Amino acid sequence: MITGEQKPVEEIRQMIAPYKRILVLGCGSCVAECSAGGEKETAMLASALRMAARMNNEDVTIEEMTLDRQCVMQFVIQLDKVIDPYDAVLSLGCGAGVQAVAEMYPEVPIIPGLNTEFLGETKAQGEWAETCLGCGDCMLYHFGGICPLARCSKQILNGPCGGSVDGRCEVNPDIPCAWQLIIDRLDKFGGLDRLEDIYPPKDWSKKQGGGPRKIIREDQQK
Amino acid sequence: MNHESQLKKVLSQGEFAVTAECGPPKGADPDVILKKGELLKGSVDGVNVTDNQTAIVRMSSLAACSLLKTAGLDPVLQMVVRDRNRISLQSDILGASALGIRNVLCLSGDHQIFGNQPQAVGVFDLDSIQFVQVVKGMRDDGVITGGDSLDHKPDMFIGAAANPFADPLNFRIVRLAKKIKAGADFIQTQCIYNLDRFESWLSMAADRGLTEKAYILGGVTPLKSAGMARYMKNRVAGMDIPDDVIKRMEGVPKEKQREEGINICVETVSRLKELPDVKGVHIMAIEWEEAVGEIVKQAGLHPRPLQDKG
Repeated sequence: MITGEQKPVEEIRQMIAPYKRILVLGCGSCVAECSAGGEKETAMLASALRMAARMNNEDVTIEEMTLDRQCVMQFVIQLDKVIDPYDAVLSLGCGAGVQAVAEMYPEVPIIPGLNTEFLGETKAQGEWAETCLGCGDCMLYHFGGICPLARCSKQILNGPCGGSVDGRCEVNPDIPCAWQLIIDRLDKFGGLDRLEDIYPPKDWSKKQGGGPRKIIREDQQK
Repeated sequence: MNHESQLKKVLSQGEFAVTAECGPPKGADPDVILKKGELLKGSVDGVNVTDNQTAIVRMSSLAACSLLKTAGLDPVLQMVVRDRNRISLQSDILGASALGIRNVLCLSGDHQIFGNQPQAVGVFDLDSIQFVQVVKGMRDDGVITGGDSLDHKPDMFIGAAANPFADPLNFRIVRLAKKIKAGADFIQTQCIYNLDRFESWLSMAADRGLTEKAYILGGVTPLKSAGMARYMKNRVAGMDIPDDVIKRMEGVPKEKQREEGINICVETVSRLKELPDVKGVHIMAIEWEEAVGEIVKQAGLHPRPLQDKG
């Protein structure tokens, strides 16, 4: 999923300050799973903003709504029926959601309420971790299902570096050394010999070579 | 000017080599690096010039190497993959060769979070092993990544680093083997204080025939104080300082600790000299270049074989 975290309320209040009628717009997908921008968080943020406005004697209207997905046009058009009275939308979608809404409503200011973080997984209640870079050329087969690009702090394809101690990364002992994980896992399958080969330099053109990426599937197009 | 690698020459003649580390200044004054070079001249065969070590902005390694070269030393250009992509790394290899620099040490580099630019992007386009392989391809085949040909090959004696003390231990030799397979001509190790562990790493390397394929230079760092020893043990990742070394430093009064640090270092160098699979030492006297000449003399490594012919 795409993870995110809410921006500090003060930062949000500065960005919405010029506007009188604000729609706080949640998203029911990834950012709901990571408890940053789902229905519940949207209601809580809207309520906190209303309270702050009241305490500061500000005459603003703040209402909320949550779309199933902010990054898909078919869902975003649900805003057609409600958006007119608002002079700004505070989006709790990821960066893609914010931009999808902005593209659909070019005349309405769209303000990001989240910092979009990474592609990751839910490790435990309240804990999410980055595990994928979206590099466009998956190499997980070679590394026992653990990605050194996303999970090694130096993105080493021929690791581990000299700073791995007791299975922890030198950058931060909270980070498990991705290479220790790879070696332990390949060892279980008898696949350590795979690591005797030198992995050539990564082809980054699949990630950033052609500028912003696009997927075209003609079989899916009408 | 002599454009051969002195380090390569010494090693290939079967002499026990000595290299030392020289850190460029946090400023633009060329005299700082030239003074350090003067302190090292005559005591070493090659001078490693660090590349923004600990991720702190300093004078560029390439520029400092060029200054040392002009002053008659044989610089070892340290290059980390943290700050430059493959375009820039390869370009700098060509530039270094054009300036007469004949040795390169290919490194990952300390992570940017540890230095004074924690907000910088970490490039890591190549890793250190890939970088070794790329330099070898440029030198031997005259090709760059992607397969384009160079119209003039760079001449480089290629080095890589090894840490016999990091985890996972069973994989350290595999990685050393990969560095040598990638094209490393020489290996400089992390600072050795735990000789027993170093020797078991070395015999594992010898078992795989690795000590025949690349020159191993054992790394040493003279301790300045007991405090430095404790700091390195506890704070520097992958550093193995046995308790008896720390106790020995603590056992002498503060004003004698530098001397004791040199004594320990000389003893280590002397023991390394006795190991046939060790072909030289790399002395990393951090901001203490004055110590190098002393260590080299006391260890019986002075004069250097080529010092008057270079």
